[in-house]
Amino acid sequence: MDVKLTGCHGFCECGTLVVSRPEETMYVRVKPKDVPEIVQETVLDNNVIERLLYTDPVSSKKITHEYEVPFYRRQQRLVLGGNGLIDPTSVEDYLAIGGYSAMAKALFEMTPEEVVEEIKKSGLRGRGGGGFPTGRKWESCRNAPSRNGTRYVICNADEGDPGAYMDRSLLEGNPHMVIEGMLIGAYAVGSSEGYVYVRHEYPLAVKNLGIALNQAGELGLLGENILGSGFHFNIKTSRGGGAFICGESTALMASLEGKIGEPRSKHIHTSVNGLHGKPTTLNNVETWANVPVIINRGAKWYSGIGTEGSKGTKIFSLVGKINNTGLVEVPMGMTLREIIDDIGGGIPNGKKFKAVQTGGPSGGCIPESLIDLPVDFDKLKEVGSIMGSGGMIVMDESTCMVDVAKYFVKFLTEESCGKCVPCRVGLDRMLDILTDITEGRGKQGSIELLEELGAAIKETSLCGLGRTAPNPVLSTIRYFGAEYEAHIKENRCPAGVCKALITFTIDEDACNGCMQCARNCPQEAISGKKKEPHTIDQEQCIRCGLCRDVCKVNAVIVS
Amino acid sequence: MVELTIDGVKSKAPKGTTVLEAAAALGIFIPTLCHHPGLSAYGACRICIVEVVKGNNSSLEASCTLPASDGQVILTDSGKVKAARKIILELLLSSCPNSKTLQDMASNFGVNKVRFTIKDKGCILCGLCVRYCKEQMQSGGIGFVGRGTSRKVSTAFGVTPEECRNCGGCEWICPVCERACLAGNLVDGLCGGCQNVRPVQTCPVCVGCSESVGSKGHKAF
Repeated sequence: MDVKLTGCHGFCECGTLVVSRPEETMYVRVKPKDVPEIVQETVLDNNVIERLLYTDPVSSKKITHEYEVPFYRRQQRLVLGGNGLIDPTSVEDYLAIGGYSAMAKALFEMTPEEVVEEIKKSGLRGRGGGGFPTGRKWESCRNAPSRNGTRYVICNADEGDPGAYMDRSLLEGNPHMVIEGMLIGAYAVGSSEGYVYVRHEYPLAVKNLGIALNQAGELGLLGENILGSGFHFNIKTSRGGGAFICGESTALMASLEGKIGEPRSKHIHTSVNGLHGKPTTLNNVETWANVPVIINRGAKWYSGIGTEGSKGTKIFSLVGKINNTGLVEVPMGMTLREIIDDIGGGIPNGKKFKAVQTGGPSGGCIPESLIDLPVDFDKLKEVGSIMGSGGMIVMDESTCMVDVAKYFVKFLTEESCGKCVPCRVGLDRMLDILTDITEGRGKQGSIELLEELGAAIKETSLCGLGRTAPNPVLSTIRYFGAEYEAHIKENRCPAGVCKALITFTIDEDACNGCMQCARNCPQEAISGKKKEPHTIDQEQCIRCGLCRDVCKVNAVIVS
Repeated sequence: MVELTIDGVKSKAPKGTTVLEAAAALGIFIPTLCHHPGLSAYGACRICIVEVVKGNNSSLEASCTLPASDGQVILTDSGKVKAARKIILELLLSSCPNSKTLQDMASNFGVNKVRFTIKDKGCILCGLCVRYCKEQMQSGGIGFVGRGTSRKVSTAFGVTPEECRNCGGCEWICPVCERACLAGNLVDGLCGGCQNVRPVQTCPVCVGCSESVGSKGHKAF
């Protein structure tokens, strides 16, 4: 009998989770006060506590085992699976689930060329957003000339997309897996020095990674002459300074070198001319974590999962207006509908699905008509979005798409490094136009101007940030153009979000005079006697929507 | 040597040259702002973009940082290039309308309206001064401060540093400071003096206000 504090299981909606193994009995939303009962009933007496079990929202039935929960049932957790099994601060735990066996296999049974070949055959593509074939990247790094033989290996853990936390979860919950992936990569490309560039805002990830690096060093899994093979490799960690752009490979390397974190043109790849001008292999956390799986189980098996152009699984961070918020790992090619309805459990409060935004702030919004789209790198690109690092923000009918586009453009304007003109000035002016539209100052021709500007930013920007930044705007114009037109031509926000374009009124017939709205109004703009219909003073109203939220009889109308 | 085609002209260029240099060797003019032959390539202003044709597809790339390579097909003045340059120039004018260099370009490119909000920053952040100070004067007294829209050129902590020898090179190389537009009232971000005159002519009796003359003659004099 052993109690372990594991990493994140991914089912955020129902945290804190307690799983009793080997039966896999799962308790959800556990509070400290439930602990004595769990110890007494489940641990000592081997009984199941009904009230702590997960209730399926569709059938209202209690589900006892983790593997039966719909959220987990449709997933294929090759990478995330380890999170729920081990204590991230214990290397013994990782070794017990087969950890570092892939590294040993690579070191003693394979040549570096064979490792590169295996990764190439597996079809693994970069999980950080670009989707570049990892094997080809390694090969060009291995073959690139380096005068003194120095090559670097970097793990990009500067995950900055709003609402995305796949890399964080992996580094916090299973850091050895990432280290093992880097070790295999370093062996393959012939590197002896590696860096993990991790976000400053991830203190637990930094801590767990530090512990893991020390443990691996002590056991001879890292450092000089690893396992007596003659292969040397060391990893240093470097913490980012809070700039989103430092997730871009060349900006990250500039930052590692102590320079301003801004990108440069990549006509010569970083795998040839990277950190300190040396050949460098940079991969994202999730990509590195996939490597041990491929080496252990073989490229043939791995490439059997997924679609034609995208192999393996992908972790998505499912957030927004969705019942089961959390991290999900699914095979490539699963449709959006399956992810949202089957795993995500649909939209809360009986509202209608409107759109899903994939790929972080610079991804596009995919409408309901395309919900049967199989998710992979190429299909997402076809519909004007991107895979990105795997953010998936679900929106319901109460979301204004112009407002959404404005939100993301604002984020990107603030996070643009400011080096090139289209991104720095273009995004700022794009934000101006969008602000005008949401505040009722939209002009005839604004949509066309946005499209023209968006296309120009996309084509002429220096780095990936600018080259994808107009996606939220262009995709919402493409699929929700009517909403833009309603804002501009009719001065109306169909979703009732844009404050300058909406008015709150009280339906006299429905209002029962409970005075809740009047009491909650911060402007004291609502007047009326008890048990008589209330009215809102439009001069005073700041359209905060509190009255609508507190009204029990839905008498507050937004128009 | 590499062999590439620029605007239909087949030519050879030494390995390591950029497309901008290869075009210049052929006498093909590509407009630039942040590029200077004596300084390292930077690729920030994007005005030097060219169209790189690959089969049925093409992409726009900044020619100042694009290495010339074998079999490349480059168009320096296609419709796509012109349209993108016009937008970039509009954006530049909207953030720095009082630059004579930009106003001249506007005339040459046929930009007759700036459709974006004017927010005069007095600087286009081309980084010429920063690179001049560092690379030519070996000083590094000035650099970029801040990110995104709040990015600016400054000395460390806003104090004149010891490294500065008052050489004035930063001012000399600046496309805004040294070549300010003196036209006065700008309409829609454009100066009335030389608007829509193509090509810009050099004024034969210029008394120093500027180097170009519009259809109505010099406005300031």
